[in-house]
Amino acid sequence: MDYEVEAKYLSKKERRAIPRQSMPEQAPDVRNKDFSEVTLGFGLLEAQYEAARCIQCKDPACVKGCPVGINIPAFLEQIVEGDLNGAINTVWDRTALPAVCGRVCPQEIQCEEVCVVGKKKGREPVGIGNLEMFIADWARDTGVTNEVEIPPSTGKKVAVVGSGPAGITVAGDLAKKGHDVTIYEAFHRAGGVLLYGIPEFRLAKSIVDYEIEQLKKLGVKIVCNTVVGRTVDVDELIEEMGYDAVFIGVGAGLPNFLNIPGEDLNGVFSANEYLTRANLMKAFDFPKYDTPIIPGRNVAILGAGNVAMDAARTAIRLGAKKVTIVYRRTREQSPSRKIEIHHAEQEGVQFKFLTSPLEFIGDANGKLVGINCEKMELGEPDEGGRARPIPTGEHEYIDCDLAIISIGTSANPLLTKTTENLKLNKWGNIEADRRTGKTTKKGVWAGGDITLGQATVILAMGMGRDAANSIDAYLKGEEEW
Amino acid sequence: MYKIVRREEMAHGTIILNEIEAPQIAKKAKAGQFVILIANERGERIPLTMADVDKEKGTITIIYMIVGKSTRLFSTLKVGDGYSDVVGPLGQPTHIEKKGTVVCVGGGTGTAVLHPITRAMYQAGNRVIAIVGARNKDYIIMKEQMQNVSHELRICTDDGSEGRHGFVTEELKEILESEDVAEVVAIGPVPMMKFVSKLTKEYGVPTTVSLNPIMIDGTGMCGGCRVTIGGMTKFACVDGPEFDGHQVDFDGLMRRLLAYKTEEEHSENCFFEQEA
Ligand SMILES: Cc1cc2nc3c(=O)[nH]c(=O)nc-3n(C[C@H](O)[C@H](O)[C@H](O)COP(=O)(O)OP(=O)(O)OC[C@H]3O[C@@H](n4cnc5c(N)ncnc54)[C@H](O)[C@@H]3O)c2cc1C
Ligand SMILES: Cc1cc2nc3c(=O)[nH]c(=O)nc-3n(C[C@H](O)[C@H](O)[C@H](O)COP(=O)(O)OP(=O)(O)OC[C@H]3O[C@@H](n4cnc5c(N)ncnc54)[C@H](O)[C@@H]3O)c2cc1C
Ligand code: SF4
Ligand code: SF4
Ligand code: FES
Repeated sequence: MDYEVEAKYLSKKERRAIPRQSMPEQAPDVRNKDFSEVTLGFGLLEAQYEAARCIQCKDPACVKGCPVGINIPAFLEQIVEGDLNGAINTVWDRTALPAVCGRVCPQEIQCEEVCVVGKKKGREPVGIGNLEMFIADWARDTGVTNEVEIPPSTGKKVAVVGSGPAGITVAGDLAKKGHDVTIYEAFHRAGGVLLYGIPEFRLAKSIVDYEIEQLKKLGVKIVCNTVVGRTVDVDELIEEMGYDAVFIGVGAGLPNFLNIPGEDLNGVFSANEYLTRANLMKAFDFPKYDTPIIPGRNVAILGAGNVAMDAARTAIRLGAKKVTIVYRRTREQSPSRKIEIHHAEQEGVQFKFLTSPLEFIGDANGKLVGINCEKMELGEPDEGGRARPIPTGEHEYIDCDLAIISIGTSANPLLTKTTENLKLNKWGNIEADRRTGKTTKKGVWAGGDITLGQATVILAMGMGRDAANSIDAYLKGEEEW
Repeated sequence: MYKIVRREEMAHGTIILNEIEAPQIAKKAKAGQFVILIANERGERIPLTMADVDKEKGTITIIYMIVGKSTRLFSTLKVGDGYSDVVGPLGQPTHIEKKGTVVCVGGGTGTAVLHPITRAMYQAGNRVIAIVGARNKDYIIMKEQMQNVSHELRICTDDGSEGRHGFVTEELKEILESEDVAEVVAIGPVPMMKFVSKLTKEYGVPTTVSLNPIMIDGTGMCGGCRVTIGGMTKFACVDGPEFDGHQVDFDGLMRRLLAYKTEEEHSENCFFEQEA
């Protein structure tokens, strides 16, 4: 692309002719050996050209497509005009974690899916996510922070349980409103899935750490190594420790297993364990870091969602010779983002669709050597409208020394079991009011994956924001319980 | 940082005791529960049972055997040093009830884990017989403490240097033959728990064992600690660590404990080189 003329001087017609700017990335055969970020980010001129593709709709569809309703046309035009400070503040108005959302939001089914530019034949939507990443990275690199006047202390204390995107958002918002906020986190570091689940090559941990530092600057206290339900209970937080409100954002961290024979063999992992070892415990740098991981030469990933792609791409980077995604449905039915499948394929991950595992096979020492699978075919649609995979009776054996089960997670009952009066739904998720996040227990709010089941970063954030508003109103006496 | 306020060595320096400042954990801890510790920012998460708790002082005590890189690293920590992270109390507490005669069987460092349980059984009004086994008399730990919380203490050593010359199972068998035992609690090396459970099954005596699979988070989110109990998969960190010994697949547990053997040896060798 030739960026000779600054984007703001282009005519409307010229603007419309700009093709979607591709995100600069590390080459696949370089990046698949290393954990640094795949996407390199736009430069200023590229960003301005991309932003100039937006036609500034009067009734912007993209804003409705964004779960937190960022004023997208406004921040894009500010980028075009070179008002980067204005642009980042427009974004911050709605999301506390733009550097994260820009990278991991499923934009193609949210803001970008409905962008009118992409509705024209042969045209692609405006790269809203990439631009959100650009503006957030610019702010971080230049040290521009979300300066808000913090009102005098209200004297009210709020406990936030869990430091994922939901908890981070609640804590930040309430601190800015003058409340005294403490986050309790079970792990030894804060960040939730952003830290232990999503790998470095998709979201650098330095970004998460930066966001946590920002929270601390707002006066939020972060207490790690505290498992609520064990180290301290919700009732103790309220009754003994004097918290006026509690927000529960503990995620949905319980790994689902297949419940097929051989699942206890060495070499069979949950994606949670595999990714936690690799990301949080930095096992990719073993023995410099003390936590080991079985490297695996021939790796099978069971499942085909985002988590499966992350596990597959991690395995490639840890030196596996062959990594195969085994999925009982088809590519089109995969719940993963298209870009993730694309990146995985580029890096050498192979796919086996319409294949369902029946049994893990081990050697005499209890080590995994392969998986017995059954070929499937597509049948009638299920309640969700997706064609149901049905067994054909034909078997297939897959060689592998490592298998990573990525078939989703459920609510961890550790906290909910130890807390009274907290109503759960049939999957064990906390029932919370959709608008306010209020639970059935007085003074307790919840949001994020613990209420939705495994969802997305932006939904967790959005619920965090709604809950923060409700908590604030309650603490100020503007809202009854 | 979680500061070490007392450090002792036992069994020729192969077993180490640390008393650590951790008031929040001490306040909540019950017999049978464990903590996870990390030495420093590069450290791994290591589960150890609390061998004692002082709620007033706000301290917990751990006793561990040096078996690999991380426990070796732990052993270099002195009084005044500390662990970067300690989390707990984790796991289900031991079910303590007055039942009659309870036999508590400890092997190796398992005795340290057994001690608070034995004490709780004793305080609950049970008649407690303790059996402690070790390689030889120098490796018997906590003899006095065990004596204080049991009505009878019996010692077994592999070489006969103290007490009975033989395994704890032989001593236990004699008791089962001659007394009406309500429950056996056995904690120690996996093979020991396996053979104790096998024996008590023959006598139909309910038996509790404490399992030590490899763990990471200790809160049920990784599934790494899964064990097979009566054909069902359980997570030792949240469902356990104590289970009905008659239902445990001990062979499966032993296999899983060897999962990282190559990596562990490599890691320990690197540590030796670094120290040298
Ligand atoms: C590998 C992976 C990849 C993903 N990729 C994407 C993606 O590309 N895009 C996207 O939008 N979403 C993605 N997701 C989903 C997204 O990360 C989650 O929806 C989001 O993180 C949920 O946020 P949360 O705040 O509800 O909880 P979490 O991020 O799960 O955080 C919960 C926190 O609470 C802590 N906690 C749990 N129990 C307790 C307790 N009892 N006491 C104290 N603390 C506790 C946990 O340790 C954790 O830190 C991915 C998830 C995974 C696992
Ligand atoms: C609930 C529980 C309570 C325990 N209580 C005690 C105790 O009170 N005293 C004591 O001496 N030991 C106890 N252990 C065992 C102790 O955790 C291991 O000896 C220790 O982790 C070994 O680490 P290492 O790096 O020194 O040795 P490594 O060389 O890494 O491993 C030596 C052996 O320890 C096991 N191991 C390795 N990593 C872990 C891990 N992350 N979690 C569990 N086991 C592991 C492996 O099976 C291996 O065979 C307990 C384990 C559990 C699960
Ligand atoms: S937060 Fe997500 S949905 Fe909203 S504008 Fe950004 S990328 Fe799009
Ligand atoms: S829908 Fe597309 S073109 Fe319209 S305002 Fe949003 S980003 Fe711009
Ligand atoms: S240690 Fe992770 S689930 Fe038990």
